[in-house]
Amino acid sequence: MSEILLSIKDLRTWFFTDQGVAKAVDGVSFEVREGETLGVVGESGCGKTVTSLSVLGLLPQPPARIMDGSSILFEGEELIGADERRLRGLRGNEISMIFQEPMSSLNPVFSIGDQIIEVLRLHRGLDRKDARVEAARLLQEVGMAEPDRRLDDYPHQLSGGMRQRVMIAMALSCEPKLLIADEPTTALDVTIQAQILELLADLRGRYGMSVLLITHDLGVVAEVCDRVVVMYAGQVVETGDVEEIFADPQHPYTRGLLRSLPSLDVPERRLSPIPGMVPSPIDWPQGCRFRDRCDSAGDGCEAEQSLVHLGDHRAVRCWKAAAESLGGAAGS
Amino acid sequence: MSEDGAVHGLRRGGAPLTAILPGAPQLLAGRWGAGTVALLVWLGSWWVLIARRHSLADVWAAGWDGPLAITTLLGALVSCWVWSLRDTLGPGGHRDVSVGQWGLACRAFSKNRTAVVGLIVIVGLYYVALITPLVTPADPSAQGNLLTERFLPLSAAHRLGTDQYGRDVLARLLYGARISLTIGFVAVGISVSIGTLVGATAGYLGGIADAVIMRFVDMIISFPRLILLVTIVAVFDRSIFLIVVVLGLTLWPGTARIVRGEVLSLREREFVQAARALGYSTRRIILRHIIPNALAPVIVAATLGIGNTIVLEAGLSFLGLGVAGTPSWGSMVAEGRGDLLNAWWLATFPGLAIVFTVLSFNLVGDGLRDALDPRLRT
Amino acid sequence: MVKYLLYRLVAAVPLVLGISTIIFFVMSAAPGDMVDIMIRPGMTAEVAEQLRANHGLGQPIVVRYVRWMVDTLRGDFGYSVLHGRPVLDIIRSHLPRTLILSLTALAVAFFSGIVLGTIQAIRQYSWLDSGLSVVLLFFYSMPSFWLAYMLILTFSLFARNVWEWPMWFPAAGMLGTDHEGLSFVARVADRMRFMVLPTLSLSLVLTAGIARYMRGSMLEVVRQDFVRTARAKGLPERAVVFKHALRNALLPVITLLGLYIPVLFSGTVIIEKVFAWPGMGTLLIQAIEARDYMLVMGASFFFALMVIVGNLIADVLYAVVDPRIRYE
Repeated sequence: MSEILLSIKDLRTWFFTDQGVAKAVDGVSFEVREGETLGVVGESGCGKTVTSLSVLGLLPQPPARIMDGSSILFEGEELIGADERRLRGLRGNEISMIFQEPMSSLNPVFSIGDQIIEVLRLHRGLDRKDARVEAARLLQEVGMAEPDRRLDDYPHQLSGGMRQRVMIAMALSCEPKLLIADEPTTALDVTIQAQILELLADLRGRYGMSVLLITHDLGVVAEVCDRVVVMYAGQVVETGDVEEIFADPQHPYTRGLLRSLPSLDVPERRLSPIPGMVPSPIDWPQGCRFRDRCDSAGDGCEAEQSLVHLGDHRAVRCWKAAAESLGGAAGS
Repeated sequence: MSEDGAVHGLRRGGAPLTAILPGAPQLLAGRWGAGTVALLVWLGSWWVLIARRHSLADVWAAGWDGPLAITTLLGALVSCWVWSLRDTLGPGGHRDVSVGQWGLACRAFSKNRTAVVGLIVIVGLYYVALITPLVTPADPSAQGNLLTERFLPLSAAHRLGTDQYGRDVLARLLYGARISLTIGFVAVGISVSIGTLVGATAGYLGGIADAVIMRFVDMIISFPRLILLVTIVAVFDRSIFLIVVVLGLTLWPGTARIVRGEVLSLREREFVQAARALGYSTRRIILRHIIPNALAPVIVAATLGIGNTIVLEAGLSFLGLGVAGTPSWGSMVAEGRGDLLNAWWLATFPGLAIVFTVLSFNLVGDGLRDALDPRLRT
Repeated sequence: MVKYLLYRLVAAVPLVLGISTIIFFVMSAAPGDMVDIMIRPGMTAEVAEQLRANHGLGQPIVVRYVRWMVDTLRGDFGYSVLHGRPVLDIIRSHLPRTLILSLTALAVAFFSGIVLGTIQAIRQYSWLDSGLSVVLLFFYSMPSFWLAYMLILTFSLFARNVWEWPMWFPAAGMLGTDHEGLSFVARVADRMRFMVLPTLSLSLVLTAGIARYMRGSMLEVVRQDFVRTARAKGLPERAVVFKHALRNALLPVITLLGLYIPVLFSGTVIIEKVFAWPGMGTLLIQAIEARDYMLVMGASFFFALMVIVGNLIADVLYAVVDPRIRYE
């Protein structure tokens, strides 16, 4: 098994607001191994984005605060409490990030060339001329035609897909070990989505980097991920290899997510969305946080649920599923 | 939460003892804004009434503003009490239920301390302006002994000193407040009415009418307003009527531009589309559906506009183009400028009065803008 | 972009003409005319009528308007009765004095406003932010003439006569009495010394407005996604704020430039009076008081012209900073 690149342990990122304490991320643990693509899925409001921003220390503090006892190890180095200089050295260099909104993630008043060159000069110490050549190469790399001319374009002259390619080029410029992609395709047209995903998968192979892919779209996960972490209400509710998750989802929430996914294989099946909404992070429900929306909730669900390991990669935060799975395994 | 509980508690017990003092129950319930206003107006009025009990008859007999002052004072006393009692005893629950757009804005506004302070100052200023004859220490135009009472510095007899004719500066300041406050209020009233109508019409009609109106609006807005004012006021007689009208007529384009912008975005919204589909007339749609919804930014602009207008009026008075014959804050500064060194109080206090009045309007305007902007409301 | 600027230029023409027209009709509607002012005791009614005829005052207003408009468009602004010189001549000598004062004040106001607003935004909720907010709102609520007198009282009168500071600033005029005899450097210093108080009085109110606006704009911008991108790149906070955020936050402030120019000239009229500064404002007030039509019309025309030029400069600046305008 390959080395662990990023290890998040018991991460709790809380927001202290006038309305109360929003426990957006409340005890999240998972690992990203070298060379793998890990998908983090869940509805909006589950704490996926906050988790990813916590890794890079990009959350405004206050109101956000990463609570004591949280740990984020990158190549064995603790990032929580690391000084700002060190984090700046990692950002854009060893850990890069691309965001959901390519429309607004690029600075409108600088040319895209300037924005890529900025990273190259910052982390790789290239001079202006070399950086420009390198920036053009990167644009070529992400599949943009006429990269030399494109360098002088401004973001408003590019389409959404193009802008996301620029973001990716910028993220790749220092050959990072980890790429965090936060809903990279959500804002794009379906055809463009596929292209960008293909590009990401292709680049991952070429650069040998790990990818932490955050998405609410299980279709995307199925396409590019090796392993999956399912998040709900600030917690991890299920983890496993992508095949296992799709073939044998354990947590009722994962099952719900899969059921709300249209399937080409079984066209006559009706989509069944999960009823209700993600509760407010200021006031998570007591006990199992999914209880109110769960179709198999019953006695025993009012207790706080813990993540039960079912195997090497498998874990689920549901006592019923765990009991069935472990019981079934013991019985057979 | 806790404040509602306190109010309910009071209601259950019938009229609480504290209701003898208007404002006290509200203060105890944590509503310090309303409480302070009621308590201050009530106590202040009593104080004025007792202090001036011997001269009430003289004030009543003096011109139109004497009776007005006394009526206002008594009215304020009674209404403070009635309001406070009704507020504590009134039908329960209505305060908790009516949380519409305006209710939310009110709640957000009352959380903004500086804005509430500004509002209290403004209410106080208008109140004092109404009862000036009762609170003034002297007749503002009564000249003192030119040998012994000129340029007297601050003292117990003349709290803000005297001017070159031996007149009491505080008295002149109090009477000057009337000019500034009236002009600010009326001029903005005029400009808001015209601006709202013109802006709504332009925005709703669109096309050539819109283009022509907005060209005109652009023109007025981009020309220095004071220069326009000076030109107009200088060539006509300087009555308060003319000045108010001219101030109002030069301010409305700003409001019109705001309203037009709002209307353009509202016009496409569902409820206006629905009203149009139902066949309502244009006039009705504008008056009943569009204007009420475009009101929030207008209220903010109007509040800030009053402050702005008071400064402009002061500027006109300073240039010698203010209301003829009446002491106004701007002309007091202008009169005092020759004696800055030997009587610094002459130019200083009227200016401070302007600053604090305008500051209050700006604080309230800022508070309203924050309170009325749903994006900022949490 | 050239097209955009040309469009703005053409759109500005009706503004100048419109304002001049309004002022023309206001002046014409006024009771009394310049001959009333010129009448000396002993002047007979016939002479007065003769004067009116000479100045074309007897004609119908429309005729006078058309004649005035044609002349103005040909660059002929007429003759000032008050000064006994062509209007254009007088304006030529007064305009630079107003420009130097108002442009300095505008530069000071924008520079300090942008700096203060940025500081407030990056230190949001700190005591510095709230302290500055209070002080700035105070200045924002101040009539500029009163501020001017308070500055004169403090830095001219009291500083010189009471506290006997070594450094004080003159309260009136443009040049010292010994200006001509000074060396070049001393002449420049003399000019600057006379400009300090008027410039401050004129700019502080604007500074407050700009800083308030800049703070809001900056706070809006630092929430934007591209600022997060800049941080995710590993840029130091300095570069994030002063390169990525500042340039975007400046855009709305540049629009403010266009809006503030009329405010600036309104202020100039008053401040010139306070400091006996012989500029366009003083000229205009004198002309109005004397009912010197041609001079009033000429001066207002040039005020409108200055506003237009200012707006055009704002448009150019906007296009320089914002590529989205540049490429349209």
